Amino acid sequence: MSVRHALLALLSEGPKYGLQLRQEFELRTGEVWPLNVGQVYTTLQRLERDGLVESDESLEEGPQKGFHITAEGAAELSQWLRTPPDLSSPPRDELVIKVLVALELPGVDVHAVVQVHRRYLVELMQQWTRLKEDEGRFDLNFALVVDAELFRLDSLVRWLDSAEGRLKRAAAGVDPPAPRSFPLPKARRKVGSPR
Amino acid sequence: MSYLELRGITKVYGEGAAEVHALSGVDLSVEAGSLVAVMGASGSGKSTLLTIAGSLEDATTGEVSVGGRPLSSMSRNVKAQLRRRSIGYVFQDYNLLAGLSAVENVALPLELDGTSARKAQAAAMEVLEEFGLRERVSHYPDQLSGGERQRVAIARAVVGGRQLLLADEPSGALDSTNGEAVMRLILAACHRGMAAVVVTHDAQLASWADRVVFLRDGRIVDQTLPAETAEAFLTDLPNR
Repeated sequence: MSVRHALLALLSEGPKYGLQLRQEFELRTGEVWPLNVGQVYTTLQRLERDGLVESDESLEEGPQKGFHITAEGAAELSQWLRTPPDLSSPPRDELVIKVLVALELPGVDVHAVVQVHRRYLVELMQQWTRLKEDEGRFDLNFALVVDAELFRLDSLVRWLDSAEGRLKRAAAGVDPPAPRSFPLPKARRKVGSPR
Repeated sequence: MSYLELRGITKVYGEGAAEVHALSGVDLSVEAGSLVAVMGASGSGKSTLLTIAGSLEDATTGEVSVGGRPLSSMSRNVKAQLRRRSIGYVFQDYNLLAGLSAVENVALPLELDGTSARKAQAAAMEVLEEFGLRERVSHYPDQLSGGERQRVAIARAVVGGRQLLLADEPSGALDSTNGEAVMRLILAACHRGMAAVVVTHDAQLASWADRVVFLRDGRIVDQTLPAETAEAFLTDLPNR
């Protein structure tokens, strides 16, 4: 999560004070990512050093010091919004590794390992879904954050489901047997990088 | 006390070499006011479990009780009456009657049970309005969107104060927004005291439930633990 760009985004709406920035950041991320005030000021100082924001000279020093975005800051924000995060190489996903290891170890029931992880993920999803029931808290920003988390967890459950199906078919001789080693595909070129 | 109780349910199809054990020793209790999701891959026995719970099919062995009464003690007629009065079914493909309008579809189970057409229509109108379908009551199923059709199907399943809702992949053909709307309606029915069972392979759908049980090869292999409060969960998030 880029606090730097989140602050630039907030300042692109107009000049703001440091404390106000912290408050608005938390509000707009559904209060899921709290931010301490020190982090806000350190980030603002760096942004000022890089010429992306300027402090308002007219205002007093201290917690009520105001900031506004510069033209360079606006350009940086615009560039950041349109640059996809680097997802080109598969992450070293601990869950995937655990299932691969379980498959190799004698005496380990891989279905039981899969189920432990599936249950944990579904329990987490129940917790996130429960937050949707609270209409008072559930504004658009919070809804987007909760949905993102639910889709992320759901993708892991789907992978577990598909892995289990694949294992069953392999055991029944329908799918080819698992190889002894699992080379991960190497990303040959970066896709989605800005042109 | 549990509204729905399954004890030692086994279902075997076929005989001899062709014998298939769809369910093996399934126990499940669903309290009034609670929503239980049954998650499993296709072929795990989810739909069989639901049809047995709803008395649409008999178990090979084991006992099903609805509202404290064992199904085995009921005659065919009494079971049919139980299905009409106390149990609402929701299916993936809605199962609405194409020749009837939304309000007629919802009123139908009440009319079949002997309620006057006027009273049945009034009850159906009330539920459809509550479900945000006031403007669509006279529309026929083919004039409704998928999400609207499923809302009509849920209205038909809860109308007349039914106590048990059984849903088989209720949002299977819907996008995630409509799927969420369907689960909110089912949850609202539970908050009013219905017991509900939703069978699904979809974790996002299942996560609306108070409890999720996992079915594999006809057996319940696991279930989720009760959730902590929303406040406690948010406070415990590692990045807070």
